[in-house]
Amino acid sequence: MRGVLAGVLGLAILVGLFGSHLAPYDPATQDLALGAAGPDAAHWLGTDDLGRDVLSRLLTGAGSALLWPVLVALGTTTLSTSLGLFAGYRLGWIDALMMRTVDLAIAMPGMLVLIVLVGVLGGGYGWSVLAMAVLFTPGDIRVIRSLTLAQRDLAYAEAARTLGLPPRRVMFRHLLPNLAPTVVSNALLSFVAALVSLAGLSFLGIGLPAGTPDWGLMVEENRDLLDLNPWASVAPVVLITLIATSATLLGDRLFDTLSKGGSR
Amino acid sequence: MAVLTLVARRLAAALVLLGALSVITYGLLVASPGGPEQVLLGTRPSTPETRAAIRAEYHLDDPFPLRYARWLGDAVHGDFGVSIYSREPVADVIADRLPVTAGLAGYALLITFAVGVPVGLVAAMGRGGLLDQGITLGSLVLLAVPPFAMSILLLYGFAVTLGWFPVFGAGETFAERVTHLTLPALALAAAQGAMVVRQMRAAALDLAGQDFLTFARARGLPRARVWIGYALRNAALPVLTVGGLLLAANLTGALFVEQAFGLHGLGALLIAAVSQKDIPVVQALVLFSGAIVVVVNLLIDLAYLVVDPRVRHGAVAL
Repeated sequence: MRGVLAGVLGLAILVGLFGSHLAPYDPATQDLALGAAGPDAAHWLGTDDLGRDVLSRLLTGAGSALLWPVLVALGTTTLSTSLGLFAGYRLGWIDALMMRTVDLAIAMPGMLVLIVLVGVLGGGYGWSVLAMAVLFTPGDIRVIRSLTLAQRDLAYAEAARTLGLPPRRVMFRHLLPNLAPTVVSNALLSFVAALVSLAGLSFLGIGLPAGTPDWGLMVEENRDLLDLNPWASVAPVVLITLIATSATLLGDRLFDTLSKGGSR
Repeated sequence: MAVLTLVARRLAAALVLLGALSVITYGLLVASPGGPEQVLLGTRPSTPETRAAIRAEYHLDDPFPLRYARWLGDAVHGDFGVSIYSREPVADVIADRLPVTAGLAGYALLITFAVGVPVGLVAAMGRGGLLDQGITLGSLVLLAVPPFAMSILLLYGFAVTLGWFPVFGAGETFAERVTHLTLPALALAAAQGAMVVRQMRAAALDLAGQDFLTFARARGLPRARVWIGYALRNAALPVLTVGGLLLAANLTGALFVEQAFGLHGLGALLIAAVSQKDIPVVQALVLFSGAIVVVVNLLIDLAYLVVDPRVRHGAVAL
């Protein structure tokens, strides 16, 4: 099971890295005489209403569809892990202030605020990515902080402090390894959330110019072609769903394995 | 006394949240490209006279805190001004779109709980069995499928290929509306239902080892009575908590589902308003959703008080 999941994600990474080189056609080349047509030998996944090759657009779009969520996941995980460790270890007024802010941020309808800010103020994809990292961080901070609280007074942490180790070393060398299962599964969940949300934003037509070979945008632009060439819309949906599901399940399995202390 | 403190603290938190949202939404007008004059003029010609008129009408020459206070005062009374796009009062525009979204959200919530709670209980009762494993895996998969993807899959499967449901629109009569909203509600309910299933299963398993349940079984009470009368009531707390999360998911999920199914609800209104830079409508919708979140969460807190006597007497902190 885990082999299959890792295989799907590995394949996705390969396609993300080299997809644009594998594309049989230029993703922007139109063939208006052909229009929207179902799959055949020349176009394996058919064409959209402008006669553009669906497979080529999918392969070209894979890079940005996967790269940005990876960046969001890395950013969110780094930020939330450091802040959560810091708040949970140091406590005091910094912790109180941070947690009140986190409470407020979690209570906000975040995706709504994101859509409105990016949609009205413009600024494109970069801003969506940045805003999303900020949006996902508070929830993870809370999780990491509560785990830190549970660990900070255990004997091993006490021992490290008694030896006179500086707080930074206790936090990152002694506490952090014990939080590893959660950090890893948080990272995978952030990746899934970012993949799905970024595709969702482009599905709503926010953040990207029309015609970009982007998975979310393809779903929206080809939604009316469900009877002519369903693949134009369904194929990106299947890819997004497949990758999101695999990453979620893998995160679930990894968490179970790591927290049992099994394979480290 | 404990109850009063609890309610007072929750109310204070709610006001802080709404305050923060209102500053963000009001800030939109100031920060939007072209500045407030350009936004408020919309498509009208931009001459020195019209600009001066706009500045006077919206008091744009007053200092920011004063303008914000004036806007907030009107907003609290439900007056969000006039839509730049349609020139109708914002409140009317929203009231016009509300029924579709309310129907969609209500329908989805009904499916979520009507399916999620029993399925979660069934999984817990057959713990570790094939059915439980299937349900657990299935709910994890459903959790990962975003509403817009689910919409497209349902549209393709049930509307285009099988032709069981209409592809577009919301319908006129009640019966039509139900058939038109079935697929969108399912798309919205899928991930939420999965969340309820998981929560319900975990809560029921947590309870399974409790003494009072063992005792109830030992007294020879029927299985259904033990699970529903004893376990379900105790499992209600964590499931209620999920209710708040579900609502937030519902609000944003509706945006995607309405877009996918071509429904003219509040979500579609927000997307249109965002792309047309119709700021008064955007402001009203954001504050409106914020208010819904706050009110429902307060109601959930009150429901805790009703369901759990320990919370009522301050024995357990919320």
